[in-house]
Amino acid sequence: MEIKGHLESRSKKQWWRDLKDWLRAFPFLAPSLIVFTIFVFVPLVRSVILSLYGTNPIGQMTKFVGLKYYQRLFTSPDYINSMLVTLKFVLYTVPGVLILGVLLSTLANLRFKGISIFRILFSLTIAISGATAALLFMFLYQPLIGIFNYLLSLVGIPAVPWLIDTKWALIAVAIPRIWLQTGFATVLLLAGMQGISEEYYEAAKIDGADFWQSWWHITLPLLTPSLFFLLVVTSLNAFQTFTEVNIMTGGGPVNSTEVVVQAIYRSFYFNGQYGLASAQALILFVIILALTIIQFGVLERRVHYE
Amino acid sequence: MIKSTRFLKVTGKILLYFLLIICAGVMVFPLYTGVVTSLLGPENIASYPPKLFPVDLRWQNYVDAARQAPLMRFILNSFIQSGGVMILQLFTASLAAFAFAFLPFKGKNFVFLIFLSTMMIPWESTIIPNYLFIQKIGWDDTYMGLIAPFMATAFGTFLLRQFFMSIPKDLYDAAKIDGCGNFRFLITILLPLARPALGTLAVYSFLQTYNQYLWPLLITNSTNMRTVQIGITMLQVFEREQWQVVLAGVVTIMIPTLILFIFANRQLIRGLTAGAIKG
Repeated sequence: MEIKGHLESRSKKQWWRDLKDWLRAFPFLAPSLIVFTIFVFVPLVRSVILSLYGTNPIGQMTKFVGLKYYQRLFTSPDYINSMLVTLKFVLYTVPGVLILGVLLSTLANLRFKGISIFRILFSLTIAISGATAALLFMFLYQPLIGIFNYLLSLVGIPAVPWLIDTKWALIAVAIPRIWLQTGFATVLLLAGMQGISEEYYEAAKIDGADFWQSWWHITLPLLTPSLFFLLVVTSLNAFQTFTEVNIMTGGGPVNSTEVVVQAIYRSFYFNGQYGLASAQALILFVIILALTIIQFGVLERRVHYE
Repeated sequence: MIKSTRFLKVTGKILLYFLLIICAGVMVFPLYTGVVTSLLGPENIASYPPKLFPVDLRWQNYVDAARQAPLMRFILNSFIQSGGVMILQLFTASLAAFAFAFLPFKGKNFVFLIFLSTMMIPWESTIIPNYLFIQKIGWDDTYMGLIAPFMATAFGTFLLRQFFMSIPKDLYDAAKIDGCGNFRFLITILLPLARPALGTLAVYSFLQTYNQYLWPLLITNSTNMRTVQIGITMLQVFEREQWQVVLAGVVTIMIPTLILFIFANRQLIRGLTAGAIKG
């Protein structure tokens, strides 16, 4: 009897302590939690609901339509096109960013006089926005007096119809993205390389390894976590691309650059199809969530092994 | 034998410098031609071949750009938005990071997961309800509407938490014994110590917000409320074929970010690479 009463009062005490801990921590967490609730969690739920309803032109829900939008999307040639364009955009940009990032970070990691100047020049694009990059490249792409076509003519290559031709437009939109992301990739990989312990290189030197051997057998393997992180982040960014497309082509010519986010923007902002646009946005959400979970999973493993 | 290896070493070094210069040239080229062209006179802009070197120094283009579009107003709007987001993120993130690093409470892991999950939800999947909500409460075309959705940051919270956890717990315990409350400890002891981390978050969030495109495009309607990234495209629409003026505008709006890049390079890089290290 006595013991039971004692336990009860202890668990009650414990309960009180938990509550007091919570009351102490809550004021610190509340500002963030309130913002996340209003602008992330509630909108996400509302997105799901919106995607199941018909709406009037100001976005009020009128009648339940179930999965009609999803059905329509998976059979719509326009939607399938926007998915394919986005996938192509990912394939055009991600390998380029990774290769250039590895090249530039390897160069920037050399010990040379004045290397810090090169490091700054290589990473310059981290400060540049998608909109300004889009305008800079639109100037370079001009058909008649553009600098790119002039430079190509110097080596005997005929003028390229950069933003005008359906075959070229997506490549033309991908190039400024590669340029922008290469700065970030270089910064990230350089930080990764500088985190590799000097001891490995010294041991390799004693074993008679030259620069390329130690790069291939030490730098690259130890850089794989950074490379993987970069792969995921650049893919995520490429799936969400919008700015360059919106400014440079608006999705054209003939939908050849209509990436998913541009399609969502057109659906709800111009056509007032809030439900349809929400369905599109949620499909994008699932893709991105899958990529992010893979990323966190692998980073988790990496921490275990270290 | 020795001579030839030295010869190889020297030529190798020259080749590497050459490669470095080519790579730097490629990376800087779009920006370089933008600056050169922004200073060309109208007679040189449409001539062939295009000018790759600064043959003119026509500063008038910058005056023209500022006259064609209210660039200074755009920059002001962007500074208000970015500054507001920066200050509010520093506030919300340091509060939450303090709770994660110093306060014991049940379900901490669960709350941590809630924060983490906001990083996995892409902005695009919530943007339509957010847009409708901001319109409904009448915040469209206002600074509040530009700032509100970005007032909290999971990334920034983790960044500061990481730094707070490197500070010895003894300091907190000693302050508590001296009768120092949680808020006072945070403000008078912890935040001054955390200046490097706060600087990193400040620079990162300012730059991210300054370079935003989609949200300000949706939420602002009047010319007077446009931010730089949206406003600058007005020049391109008005000034077709007047590339020297468009590029003068582009260079103008890039100046604040380039200044940040030069003077806060270390903070910026720390912010960008922080994501690669698990929080």
